[in-house]
Order: sequence, then structure tokens, then C-alpha cells
Amino acid sequence: MRIFDPHIHMTSRTTDDYEAMYAAGVRAVVEPAFWLGQPRTSVGSFTDYFDALIGWEPFRAAQFGIQHFCTIALNPKEANDPRCLPVLDELPRYLAKDKVVAVGEIGYDSMTPQEDKAFAAQLHLAIEYDLPVLVHTPHRDKAAGTRRTLDVVRESGIAPERVLVDHLNEVTVGMVADAGCWMGFSIYPKTKMSEDRMVRILRDHGTGRMLVNSAADWGRSDPLKTRKTADAMLAAGFSAEAVDTVLWRNPVAFYGQSGRLELQELTPDDSALFEGNSVRRGGE
Amino acid sequence: MHTDAHPHDVPRDALRSALDCELTSSAQAWLKTALSEATADPASLRAAFPTVGRRCGRGALPGTGWSTEDAVRALLLTALPLSGPALAAEVTALYERGDAAERRAVLSALPLLETADPAFAALGLPLVRDALRSNDTRLIEAALGPYAARRLPDEEYRQAVLKCVFCEIPLDRVAGLAARADGELACMLADFAHERVAAGREIPDDIGPLIRRFPQAVQESGLFAEARSADPARREAALRVLNALTGAA
Repeated sequence: MRIFDPHIHMTSRTTDDYEAMYAAGVRAVVEPAFWLGQPRTSVGSFTDYFDALIGWEPFRAAQFGIQHFCTIALNPKEANDPRCLPVLDELPRYLAKDKVVAVGEIGYDSMTPQEDKAFAAQLHLAIEYDLPVLVHTPHRDKAAGTRRTLDVVRESGIAPERVLVDHLNEVTVGMVADAGCWMGFSIYPKTKMSEDRMVRILRDHGTGRMLVNSAADWGRSDPLKTRKTADAMLAAGFSAEAVDTVLWRNPVAFYGQSGRLELQELTPDDSALFEGNSVRRGGE
Repeated sequence: MHTDAHPHDVPRDALRSALDCELTSSAQAWLKTALSEATADPASLRAAFPTVGRRCGRGALPGTGWSTEDAVRALLLTALPLSGPALAAEVTALYERGDAAERRAVLSALPLLETADPAFAALGLPLVRDALRSNDTRLIEAALGPYAARRLPDEEYRQAVLKCVFCEIPLDRVAGLAARADGELACMLADFAHERVAAGREIPDDIGPLIRRFPQAVQESGLFAEARSADPARREAALRVLNALTGAA
């Protein structure tokens, strides 16, 4: 089984996770830029983080046979801090990079006027840089937040098929389906969404434009939730074809719109480190 | 010991002709424009630089030991109409604003920049040092080309070689090693071999030839004491390594 995790924060995870993910079938991931638990206080803190997302983290992932891509943005939470706002001026140079396959995560946290501004500005950057967009929906007041999110997306003029609206649930999935955007679901151990609820949603809404992610980060989360959802789908009678659609083809189709999703077969023997033009020391 | 010329010591014109053969016509057209724009306005290179792989491809450039994207970026860097500190400032900005592939290309291009502009001289060393502090083996390897071989002070060069051994970069990729290896480096490697033996681990094959050139290094290491270890496994491992490093234990 091949798995593409379209939303996972590997910077916060260990090499054991990479090994377990590879063993479970994960071959590609997208790491969206987000906040770090501890608030940032300067632009430099963002650029160092972005540099890791296009430098060290893909290198680390390749050692374990996993291709790593990322999305770049000022996240909604930190859009409220005036010390962080100037990072918007640094985004263009990152949006030009090879492994940046979308603008994200953008959207709402507390639905403040500052978040409105950052959200709209970054939707325009996505249009300008011809990139799809990953949109986070708020954890609190989710239905209202998702409705407002879809209004802002519509007003921006970006094509709905270039927008993935994430962290959806039973209450919000319908409006996103109607808007024509892609639908993302974060499967968490306790909160957000479970494997069985996900299976019911897929039964009710079909597999089209549906993406499943672990959104694993520094909080209580599980990087194998993608595989566990795939297993739950099979147990519930979904075909291997349907599983491949949700766990591989859909994320490839969505992020492929960037024109930068160059997928290749890696092996976890570290030979990827030398990009085919040389061979690493044999054996351990 | 590897003594052939390092691929990064290639003349600019050779890279150019290899690219002329390899690039598609649309990539050639793009490169031509990017070169003339870089010549006219150095800052324009900042926009072109990240897109090189997508524009020109990433595969190996036949007959050169370079990748196509590295070669194109190197060519673009040598088109900058700048010299000395001004050239170094622009090259440094491209490195610092670059992703891993862009940084690798800048490091690989340092010998070409040095040749094209004698005033560039040692101004690229901060980039070499930055890469050597990283843990990304692609960057470490690219940093240890002919430029580092010519410019890096002895102590830093030795530490860099040792770092390669630790992060499993084969030593035949390190430029200038045959000429720059010295007794001090051999001692560091013999001490490393001792540590590995004491830990019950094997030593990489490619440190042997370098250590053998400086027999004193083995004498001064703890390997002979290790060969008298109370632990039979450590004793055997030490004898095996001593055999490999001296030809006779």
C-alpha cells in the first residue's frame, strides 16, 4: 500500500517515526508551515524554520525513503502578532522554491481582522505564484469559521479546485463539498476526527476530492493514522482502489497542480543522499 | 589514493559545451536569457536561481561529473559582472537565500568563481565553513572541492576530513586529500580507528591507505594497547585493524 500524508509536521517528529511511516507504506509527505507551540517573536525565527523545511527536513526524510515537500505561509495564529507580520514580505522568495507545493497553512484561528488581512494577502500570493492553497479551519467555532473561510476564498477569485480546506468534520464537510474545494480530514487519537468516523464520511460523501492526513505534530498525535484509516476503509469494505484514491491519488492530484511535485522512488538505504550520481559507503 | 582532477575544477567553457549538447532547445533559450539578464542586472539572478532545476532538468551532465542544475547555476554565477567583495556579497546572498540544491551549486561553483575573478580569492570561505557546520552530506561533500583544498587552513581541513569519515562520505570525493594529508590527520584517523575498535565496530576501508602513509600514527595510537586488551573480542578486532593498517601486527 502506498500512502501520501498531505499534512504532517515532521520537524516535530523523530527518526523512529520516519522508520515506522516507511514500514506502514508512507512514501511522500507534505509539511505545512505552522506555529511551533512556543510563539515566535521575530521574522528570523520564521526564515530559519522555512530554510529547514526546504533544506534539512527533506534530507532527513530521504534517508528513510520518504519524499518531503512543504507549504509555506504565515500561520493564522501568528498573523495576530505584529512582530511576525513582516514575514509576509519574505514569502515570495520561498514560494519560488522547488519543494514548495502550496501556500499554507493559512486561514482562521480566532477570526480577527489581522487574520482576515493575512489570509487575503496570502490567497493573492498563491494566485501570483500559481500555487494551490492549504487552508486551516479553526478548532473553535468551526462551522462559522469554515463558512467565513469559504466566503474569503470565493472573494479572492482563486479557483476552488486549487484550494484544500483542512481539519473538516461531519458538520463542515458538506459546505466544502458544495464549494468545489478539496476536503481534508486530520485523524487524531482523541480530537478532530477518528478512523471510523472518517470511514462513515467517505461512505456518505464518496472518495472524490477527499484527503486524509495525520496532521501529526508536537501534540498528542499519531503519524500512522493515515495507514490506520486505510485499514479501517478496507475493513469496512472499501476496495484497494478506493483506498489508493484517498491515500495517494488525491493528494498527488491536488499538490500536483503546483507543477513541482516531482515524485520518484526512494529507498531507505541513504543512497538518495547522493541523488543518483554517486553511491554511498556500502554497509553499516 | 584518488589523485585525478576533481570535477569541480572543470573550465567554464567545458561546462558550457556540455550544456549546449544536453539542454533542450527551450532550456537553452531560457539559459541564454538568464545569462544576459544576470550580466545586465546581477539582482535578477535571485529570481532565476531557484527555478533552474525546473527549467533545465536535474539529471547528470554527461562527461562532467556535474548535475545539469548545478552546472547551469555555476554558469550563471560566473556571468555576474562583479568582482571581489561585491561578487562575494551577491554569491553569499544566493547561498543564504537558497534551498539545499541552490547551496550545493554555489559551493560547487567556488573554484570557477576563483578562477574567473582573482579578487574573489578567499571570500567564499565563510560559505565553505557554513556548509561544513551542517549535517547535510550533500553540502559537506560539495564544500570539500578544490576551492576548500586550496584555501582551507590545515586544522579546518583535517576536521573536515574527519567529519566526512563520521558522516560516511567516501574520502575519494574530498579534493586534494592526497596532497594535503599529513601526519596529524593520520593520527586523528588512527585514534578514530582505536575508538571504533574499542566499541566493537568496524573501521571504514578508505581510511587505511591514508593512515599507512604515516606509520608513526599507528605507533602513537592506542591500537597496540588495544591488541593486549583483556577482552578477546576487542583484542581480535585490534589485531585485525593493525593488520590492515600496518600489513603486520
